[in-house]
Amino acid sequence: MAIRQAHEIHGRRLGRNLGLGLVLAVFVALVFGLTVVKISHLKEGKLPAAEASQ
Amino acid sequence: MSDLSAVDHGQEAGFGDYVQLLKPRVMSLVVFTAMVGLIVAPVSVHPFVAFTAILFIALGGGASGALNMWYDADIDRVMRRTQSRPVPAGRVGAGEALGLGLALSVLSCLMLGLAANWFAGAFLAFTIFFYVVVYTMWLKRRTPQNIVIGGAAGAFPPMIGWAVATGGVSVESVLMFALIFMWTPPHFWALALFMKDDYSRAGVPMLTVTHGRAATRKHILVYTLLLAPFPVALALTSIGGPVTLVTALVLNALFIRGALRISRRDDAAAEADGYRAEKAFFRFSLAYLFLHFGALLVEASLAPFGLGGW
Repeated sequence: MAIRQAHEIHGRRLGRNLGLGLVLAVFVALVFGLTVVKISHLKEGKLPAAEASQ
Repeated sequence: MSDLSAVDHGQEAGFGDYVQLLKPRVMSLVVFTAMVGLIVAPVSVHPFVAFTAILFIALGGGASGALNMWYDADIDRVMRRTQSRPVPAGRVGAGEALGLGLALSVLSCLMLGLAANWFAGAFLAFTIFFYVVVYTMWLKRRTPQNIVIGGAAGAFPPMIGWAVATGGVSVESVLMFALIFMWTPPHFWALALFMKDDYSRAGVPMLTVTHGRAATRKHILVYTLLLAPFPVALALTSIGGPVTLVTALVLNALFIRGALRISRRDDAAAEADGYRAEKAFFRFSLAYLFLHFGALLVEASLAPFGLGGW
């Protein structure tokens, strides 16, 4: 039987889950943004000095 | 009694407790100094790459904070200042702190390597290793020089920021390191003078406990004098300029004056005025670091107008 009674602990768990969801969404956005920047750099044929020297 | 009480310890962690594990206040110093290191470097970095790089450096710093809280939970339980941290307070398990710290360490180093370059990623990994293994595990509980050597971990971020842009190390980045490295001991010893019995109760060999408070006052003066040449030398490098030089001269004169004041007092005098000189020195030490790095930023932002620099 599912627990129907609302409890303070559920609120805290919800906060934790929402927080983690937000962090993951931000991480995905960062990786996507980095990908766009790196690929557009490659297209323009310029790389940061640090990478070009590797 | 409801069924829920069987699982309710009233201690379940919220999201904020996990954020606390990452020591957000220490992180702010890491973010600021790493950002300055990155901005003043002679190689320009795409703003988005710079933003993510600083974020991952901060995350690496946070990861080492979580690992520190895992290892030091026993000391943290004893010291008043740290009793309310998530692990000693029982809101987060020590194993959870360890897991989070390890996972974030790997993630931050890998992502910094991918976003910037592998030298910067490896440097971040070394910094985490230095803070967690060399400082927290080996030195903190063994030697009163713990603060001196541990300070190196906090001094690496501007070097990592510099490495993000240039892919290497140079005189400028080593001097930025030296500035924070030499600043850390007087900063923390001033704190230890007025935070009194906490460290002795935890059995951490702080200088105030092992060598006495009078010796600590002398140590503060000696380290403040040894610190002074580094910011002046930094001001004379390619990232310095007149603004940095004037800032360095003024701030170090004031810092030495504060250290002299502390070294000439004894504890009776300090007790009498509620550790006024020690507290003022500690507060000023925060401004000291902020203004030195702020001056480097000013110098870099004047450069496009043909001003700043030598």
